[in-house]
Amino acid sequence: MQLEYIGGFQVFIGVLLRFWPVWIALALVLGASITFKARLGLYGQLFNSYVGVAGVTICLFWLFTAMFASTIAPFNPLAQILVMKDALPGAVEPQSGHTFLFGGDRLARDIFSRMVYGSQIVLVIAPAATMFALMVGITLGLPAGYYGGRVDTILSFLANLVLAFPVILLFYLLVTPGIMDTPIPYAMAGVFFLFPIIFFCTLFYTRYRHRPQLLAIQLGVTLLLGGWIYAGLVFNADPLRIIAIRPNELNIFVAVVFASSPGVFRIVRGLVMDIKTRDYVAAAQTRGESPWYIMLWEVLPNARGPLIVDACLRIGYTTILLGTLGYFGLGLAPESPDWGTAIKEASRLLRSHIHPALPPTIALMSFVLGLNLLADALREQSLKD
Amino acid sequence: MLSFIIRRLGTMALTMLCLTMVVFFMINLEPNLRKLSISQLDMRSSDEHIESWLVRNGYRDNFFVRYGRWLGVVQKQPNINAETGAVTPRFSFCNEPAEPYYGGILQGDFGCSTKFKTTVSAKLWPALAATGKLMFWVMVTMVPVALLIGIFAGMREGSRTDRTLSVASITTTATPEYVSGVIFTVVFASWLGWLNGSAATATSQGLTFYNFTLPVMTMAIYGIGYIARMTRASMVEVMTQQYIRTARLKGLSFNTVVVKHALRNALIAPFTVIMLQFPWLLTGVVIVEVMFRYQGFGFTLVEAAGNNDIDLLLGCSLVSVFVVLFTQLISDVGYAYLNPRIRVQ
Repeated sequence: MQLEYIGGFQVFIGVLLRFWPVWIALALVLGASITFKARLGLYGQLFNSYVGVAGVTICLFWLFTAMFASTIAPFNPLAQILVMKDALPGAVEPQSGHTFLFGGDRLARDIFSRMVYGSQIVLVIAPAATMFALMVGITLGLPAGYYGGRVDTILSFLANLVLAFPVILLFYLLVTPGIMDTPIPYAMAGVFFLFPIIFFCTLFYTRYRHRPQLLAIQLGVTLLLGGWIYAGLVFNADPLRIIAIRPNELNIFVAVVFASSPGVFRIVRGLVMDIKTRDYVAAAQTRGESPWYIMLWEVLPNARGPLIVDACLRIGYTTILLGTLGYFGLGLAPESPDWGTAIKEASRLLRSHIHPALPPTIALMSFVLGLNLLADALREQSLKD
Repeated sequence: MLSFIIRRLGTMALTMLCLTMVVFFMINLEPNLRKLSISQLDMRSSDEHIESWLVRNGYRDNFFVRYGRWLGVVQKQPNINAETGAVTPRFSFCNEPAEPYYGGILQGDFGCSTKFKTTVSAKLWPALAATGKLMFWVMVTMVPVALLIGIFAGMREGSRTDRTLSVASITTTATPEYVSGVIFTVVFASWLGWLNGSAATATSQGLTFYNFTLPVMTMAIYGIGYIARMTRASMVEVMTQQYIRTARLKGLSFNTVVVKHALRNALIAPFTVIMLQFPWLLTGVVIVEVMFRYQGFGFTLVEAAGNNDIDLLLGCSLVSVFVVLFTQLISDVGYAYLNPRIRVQ
């Protein structure tokens, strides 16, 4: 059967049109941000440089793409429409009349839809894993830097142990189908996901110790929310069935958190060692504040600049790690539309077809680039103060 | 200085011991042992068959005994047939003796690869040599390019060259190997046809520009941006120093100041960064070698991990951990040597 094709220019217009919800959302957010940029603090300052605007735009673009994926993508990312096997970009699918804008892949799926849906996986796992890594790194890095001595020696040794592992070997050991039969991923998840709860409880306790009523509310909310998420993620026993995670996704999540938290630990430790020599820390010590109050309410807020920059870079790095996992076929299901898996599939067949390879590579690259530009602009702006 | 190095070597040995124990634990988990025995027997083996194979080859012994055997502090045992009492070596393809013996890392024996049916040493060292060649060419291209970009960008902070080069280096850090590899293959192999999209021939027929440029280029590009940015930061800092101003006021030309006064001081920080790039390169090596089918260390590691080849995987992890820790040591010692203001305690 002969397929009908549309031209390159029409493909371009078609892609632009499919992204219409993203353009509207981008216009609204960017318009509002530029109008009120004087009142938005650090975020507003980003709009003073081209690099910052570019970074914010690219990141928001992918964020909105992930949010509106079901509207943007014309096809189901897993649906196979046999006629369209290896179809070139711009081929019109005869039944629905929609176009395979970027062509079809080896299994006759729409590459454009897969790319759009792939952003969902990346934009959920990468920032969430980075946040957990930040929590773990901060909670352990603060005492290591502040107390020094034996605590520091032990924690640093453990961190260096993980850092000395080549990432790829770590993934081959931690993310295999076999390991999901053992309790190891769940045990690790159980430990890692405790850190945010501990962090917030200590945070509120140290500050509001003398105001029991306020403290009770805060601790209650933290424990309730934290326990709910914890039950959903670790035991897959969320009573409301809102938070659920598949075992293979949990495995990836845990591996990524494990691989990136020692890096955060090292940065936090270094920052704390620098900041604890400042006068305001000495003042707090003289006031008789508890060590954890000083760490969480005096040191940490003053370390936020470098940490925000690092978080941006780290989300990008986590995206690269996720892509690596996909590229080696670890963890994610083989039919999963995420970018890494798509790159693996396509790169094997580069000799016969090149069009399936380009959309996921460019998507991944542009997202990481956006985050790196954002981090660069943030660093410039925070250095100005 | 000497005691510093000795202490660091001690920590290194401890780290390697801990890490190999973790790796040993992970690859001896039940699902992995099953995978190994199925690959050694065949797909349709019964559970009793698998179990008896595992027991016979000593995989059911105490964890620490087996780790000690690999380490070389406990004797390795040959297979003993329970009925006849006949003694046979565990893996005949490795020339293992048919008697108990000490054969572990401490004796220099890396063990036996069940996947490649040969000793680990016979597989690992040629693979390392092949990767060494790749690394050499990557370093030869990456370091000078990165340093040049960094110096040109940092020479005049805020200039148009600086901005262009900075954005370019940010772009390369956002391009992991599996992305740049695909893009380069599409451009240079599929469209232009200048280069070969596979380095498989490099092992058998030797390295040529045609088959080796793409892997080297792919690996170098990811590191260039990072080193260039570090060099730029260091260069910018040096250019604001008093002695640079003095040299300028003395009437020296801008180029002389950069080459004679700024460069030497600006290159100290990138040295550390370049050394610490090795661990990153290790991951890159795995991706690039798999992508371009180059039979090196990374390729071996993936094969070993995919087939749960216990001894080979342990050998690979030992080598990679050694590389990471050793480069860290060199970077610390080298930094103290290059920068006399730093004293190592």
